[in-house]
Amino acid sequence: MTKHRPNTKDAIPQRAGVGLKACHYDDILDGKPDLGWFEIHAENYMGEGGMPHHVLSQIRNRYPISCHGVGLSIGSARGLDPAHLDRLKKVVQRYEPGLVSEHLAWSTHDRGFLNDLLPVPYTAETAFRVSEHIDQVQTHLGRQILLENPSTYVAFAESEMSEIAFLKEITERTGCGLLLDVNNVYVSATNQGYAPGDYLTEFPVDAVGEIHLGGHANDRDDDGRTLLIDAHDRAIAAQVWKLYEDLIGRIGPRPTLVEWDNDVPAWPVLFTEAQRADAILAKQPAGDGAKSRAA
Amino acid sequence: MPLEATQRAFAGALLDPEAPVPTGVVDPEGRPAPKRFAVYRNNVTVSLIEALATAFPVVEKIVGAEFFAAMAREFVRAHPPTSPLLMFYGEAFPAFLAAFEPVKHLAYLPDMATLEQLRRRAYHARDAEPLGPEFLAAVPPETLGTLRVTLHPAAHILQSNHPILSIWEWNNAASSDQQTALPEGGEHVLITRPELDVELRRLPVGGAHFLEALQSGAALGEAAAAGAAAEGFDLTTNITGLIESRVVTDFTVDGAA
Amino acid sequence: MSNKVAATSSLAIAAAVAAALTTATVTTTPAQAAGKEKCYGVSLAGQNDCAAGPGTTCAGTSTVDYQGNAWTLVPAGTCASMDLPAGTDGSKRAGSLEALKRDLPS
Repeated sequence: MTKHRPNTKDAIPQRAGVGLKACHYDDILDGKPDLGWFEIHAENYMGEGGMPHHVLSQIRNRYPISCHGVGLSIGSARGLDPAHLDRLKKVVQRYEPGLVSEHLAWSTHDRGFLNDLLPVPYTAETAFRVSEHIDQVQTHLGRQILLENPSTYVAFAESEMSEIAFLKEITERTGCGLLLDVNNVYVSATNQGYAPGDYLTEFPVDAVGEIHLGGHANDRDDDGRTLLIDAHDRAIAAQVWKLYEDLIGRIGPRPTLVEWDNDVPAWPVLFTEAQRADAILAKQPAGDGAKSRAA
Repeated sequence: MPLEATQRAFAGALLDPEAPVPTGVVDPEGRPAPKRFAVYRNNVTVSLIEALATAFPVVEKIVGAEFFAAMAREFVRAHPPTSPLLMFYGEAFPAFLAAFEPVKHLAYLPDMATLEQLRRRAYHARDAEPLGPEFLAAVPPETLGTLRVTLHPAAHILQSNHPILSIWEWNNAASSDQQTALPEGGEHVLITRPELDVELRRLPVGGAHFLEALQSGAALGEAAAAGAAAEGFDLTTNITGLIESRVVTDFTVDGAA
Repeated sequence: MSNKVAATSSLAIAAAVAAALTTATVTTTPAQAAGKEKCYGVSLAGQNDCAAGPGTTCAGTSTVDYQGNAWTLVPAGTCASMDLPAGTDGSKRAGSLEALKRDLPS
């Protein structure tokens, strides 16, 4: 498989960014907040024209942009949708994002697009499929992408390896980087009954090109045990901040995104969360962000 | 189990609450985990219902949020999105509403869904610069009959047997003073986007036929004839509307006319 | 098409265009103001994100549905308060207050 280097032009700084939401367009364009970067959900900019592109172009002129896909279904047993891959390429060509990422998940099958990040069993077959798809994406875009660790609520009896072993295999095969979602680590660890700190210790951190932080909701499983839901509907939990701070202290700064997708708050609330991440990043000596982490 | 079979079983059970939880979907101890699987069922169903509620705010307002959510769930299960672009999800919603017995008496509801769907299409349509009135002034008067125009990529024409735009305006009124009695009869609407905001215009008599003819490439003279098939068609009114709506983005004139 | 017919319609069209040009008023929105009142048309913008829904709802698991003959809900939004002419809203045809009012001689 061809190894691709990350985009070093318009690189995402080792600072905090936030997910771009239409209801914050004015706050950003008029307020010109001191923020390192913004992340877009690629699919929301796959229309042909109009307001979304008009605003994003202006924001792109002032800030680095990261492009986070939510609909490619990289974990599908079936082939990727070539039309969707083309649409992603168009967004990437137009906005020249510093980072491009997608999820270790699937969302499309016979019934159509199911609009959720569905889990995959960690098997040799899945590793083969996912690697094949990542290679296809990287070749099509001509650049490296980052793959995000998932929030999961169930496990598969057929899984043959741990999530960490699976992710390592994918990065080794494809040369892709990883997007480490610390909230997802906390959610999955709680739901699957392992220690999030151990997971982070084993994580192949050299491949990490970006970190995600977000809020989660609480639910209960069949036995009444805590089941955490990756809802992105509130502030980041204290435990997740702690894991993040320890992680950054250990591996050095990485571009860090604050995600808030449901019950989106007024801009100052979101900005304050980002400033908190920025403060943690600023405590570390300047990182080596431009160097290829997959090399 | 091959990945394809695992995903077929998983996907099949997501939208069918009667289906058993797929075998092999387990909790950390390896036991069947129906409540955990239900998280995915809820994510899929709720997120798609919410996408529809966001996309069809007037339909939701007309039937009420509780009724809309229940009805949308029927739609989501029967017609999940065929594309990952949720901005266009709901193409089949108007036809679904037309056949959905509990809203049969709200005969205007399918057209309202179409209007809302076309507003989204227009919002995301390709950009194009509208021509100002001066383009018409510059065409030699004797060749005007052969004028062919390109309409904006965002331009859509909706012909309704109901006062659909008036109902839309009533439901978007800022205050109850603006909620006047609704007119009799149908309305034809031009949905377009001269710049960034979607605009809705009530078309005059014959206006839909006139614009559709222009949109399909007919010359102005032919489009005028198409419009004139409607009793009460007034060419000046229609050309005034064509100018004011800024829906023309390009034109050609047949010099040999 | 004969030249004569074309010439006649051309005259009518030229007259209509000339009249339209004098009456048409074109208003444009300044770029800065576009969209702002409507919060950038959030209802029209893309809806894709990567968040999970709240897990406590049962919308995805409930088997109560229309086909199951358990549909007891009735629309209860503005459809009840809009004053629609008879024939547009089937529910108003059976002698509702609104229909009666409209039919009274004023």
